[in-house]
Amino acid sequence: MLTHLRPALVLLVALTGLTGLAYPLAMTGIAGTVFPARAAGSLIERDGKVVGSSLIGQSFTGAGYFHGRPSATTAADPADSAKTVPAPYNAANSMGSNLGPTSAALAERVKADRDALQAENPGQPVPLDLVTTSGSGLDPDISPEAALFQVPRVARARNLPEERLRALVAAAIQGRTLGLLGEPRVNVLGLNLALDDLARR
Amino acid sequence: MTLNGWIQIALFCAVVLALVKPLGLYMTRVFTGARTPLSPVLGPVERGLYRAAGIDAGHEQSWLGYGLAMLAFHALGFVLLYAVLRLQALLPLNPMEQAAVAPDLAFNTAASFVTNTNWQNYGGESTLSYLSQMLGLTHQNFLSAATGIALAVALIRGFSRASARTVGSFWVDLTRCTLYVLLPLCAVLTLFYVAQGMPQTLSPYVEATTLEGAKQTIAVGPVASQVAIKMLGTNGGGFFNANAAHPFENPTALANFVQIVTIFALGAALTNVFGRMVGDERQGWAILAAMMLLFVAGAAVTYGAEAAGSPVLNGLGLTGGNMEGKEVRFGIIASALFAVVTTAASCGAVNAMHDSFTALGGLVPMLNMQLGEIIVGGVGAGLYGMLVFVVVAIFVAGLMVGRTPEYLGKKIEAREVKMAMLAVLCLPLMMLGLTALATVLPAGLAGPANAGPHGFSEILYAFTSAAANNGSAFGGLTGNTLFYNVTLALGMLVGRFFVILPALAIAGSLAAKKRVPASSGTFPTDGGLFVGLLVGVILIVGGLTFFPSLALGPVVEHLAGAAGQTFATGG
Repeated sequence: MLTHLRPALVLLVALTGLTGLAYPLAMTGIAGTVFPARAAGSLIERDGKVVGSSLIGQSFTGAGYFHGRPSATTAADPADSAKTVPAPYNAANSMGSNLGPTSAALAERVKADRDALQAENPGQPVPLDLVTTSGSGLDPDISPEAALFQVPRVARARNLPEERLRALVAAAIQGRTLGLLGEPRVNVLGLNLALDDLARR
Repeated sequence: MTLNGWIQIALFCAVVLALVKPLGLYMTRVFTGARTPLSPVLGPVERGLYRAAGIDAGHEQSWLGYGLAMLAFHALGFVLLYAVLRLQALLPLNPMEQAAVAPDLAFNTAASFVTNTNWQNYGGESTLSYLSQMLGLTHQNFLSAATGIALAVALIRGFSRASARTVGSFWVDLTRCTLYVLLPLCAVLTLFYVAQGMPQTLSPYVEATTLEGAKQTIAVGPVASQVAIKMLGTNGGGFFNANAAHPFENPTALANFVQIVTIFALGAALTNVFGRMVGDERQGWAILAAMMLLFVAGAAVTYGAEAAGSPVLNGLGLTGGNMEGKEVRFGIIASALFAVVTTAASCGAVNAMHDSFTALGGLVPMLNMQLGEIIVGGVGAGLYGMLVFVVVAIFVAGLMVGRTPEYLGKKIEAREVKMAMLAVLCLPLMMLGLTALATVLPAGLAGPANAGPHGFSEILYAFTSAAANNGSAFGGLTGNTLFYNVTLALGMLVGRFFVILPALAIAGSLAAKKRVPASSGTFPTDGGLFVGLLVGVILIVGGLTFFPSLALGPVVEHLAGAAGQTFATGG
């Protein structure tokens, strides 16, 4: 075992330096030069202030915005740091609900959300993704159906014709990559930014 | 299930198979010491490393020397990683001022990364500094992966050599694998991932003001460089808590596809390295065929179960599949496929929460790991795990016809079969033994977040994942407790090293044997009959060992769910 000590020690230090420092630092340097915006986190600025990242969902609750999916992220309870409280779209603590397929808590949550959405837009089928939490709690996207489902509510709140909003959604739909991979989707923050721009004009 | 879904599965298999030959050829050159296109650049680095470490590149080791070198290297690596985690508060590159990692969590995390498991009891963005992520986790991602590949190559040499006393040099295999295979591929992958939107920065977390005026702290960091090796090296430990479900760790459907391809790439190519080094590529293809058969069957079951949806959602009239815990950009198929790939290989990254999968959809990942992750498997670990099963299958075939079994001209005798069974049996001992322990101790029962059979599944999944060195989880389980940190670390260490050492012993004893010429009585090991026998042995051994435990967890849950039953915690 002792004869192995020198090669083990030297190789560990050298390869650690190479793979644990040189490689990530060199990659950070190159990526920051070639793709500066993406390497920094695809941040979106409005009027000089960072309003979010195009890849990270954020919480929307007002009737005048399109809403993202329910989010299961939490944050430390300000009153008792040993406990956590729900904090949707906490981008510093990603997580899913981890509720299993026969969980009573899941059944209750989904039923309450479904009933609320159904009341908002009677007669239309409630989109699946609007009542299920994402794996990260930070899903930036909703399905095109989920965006269209919310058009009547947003139109009422913004006093805009539904037709214009439908056109806005249609323009925001991203298809499958190469027509094959992934699912069609709408980026919620992007859609709401376009909505604000529409209102400003 | 849709046509598009099946096309995505077929495309994935096609791309993986297309990579087998070129990668296999390149890796064979690397491990036989031949020149490669990268030699002019990397050769001097390689020779410099040997000189500094006092390594004679021409000096080979016996299986025992190889194993001891590997153990010495890992013992030191374990200490280094533990130290970095404990001292991160005092070290640089800690812009978010993360505190020192607690002793039991640091022990668990060090065991987790040294064994290529990458179980996440740590919270990524909420626990670790950038230095811990890079110097601690990224470097172990490389070295544990390189070790797995080195060990597989040593075992291959056991089969390919005759009357030899050595199986190669651990130091040379480790160095060449890191320099020639892992680093160049990761550099290319990192840039691709950043182009897809993955962050790669040392800046502190970003403070954003949302459109509704709320504050949002967005965690960033040197993500892409770690994700590249985490997938290629089948490590799977996430930069973020939500792992590859996090949009920064997996921003697009294309990035997702490349990630699952790279999980399988090296493991699948190693079957070709095996074929080339034993002088008959068809032997490698036969092994890969057995792997891919099991893989496609698993993918079909999970895809079917997830597309059919969960009883809770379907009962409320919400059809279209089980989207709880899944991301919209991946949908049902890319999430189901990822889950099967990551557990077939010993990656353990997740792009959807396995805990929220349907009962049967979650059964397949569990079974994949229980079979020993030999369906392509962890880089290296999959191949040596599969070769252990080959020894058992050949032995069974020999028993059937009453003839001393041979494989590739080597007689398989009592010693090899004993070692193979030792490796095969240590996994259930850890998976089932520790699960049984956790289900009777209060400290173990405090872990699950879900009630009923699903709570049992969470415990079973945890120890299965740990002993199989996978690292994915039914994430509801609260694993960051003294009990789970210690027992899971035990499972990981035993599951890694008590498979490696018997596998190396087999390598040593095979290398020393003479080659017997093939005769008319030799069982051909490159045809459909052998593939079928191998798959049969794997399923029978795995099925008999694990069916009772699966019946208590996912199977009961599936039946209860179909009957409309739900389970409330605390009730």
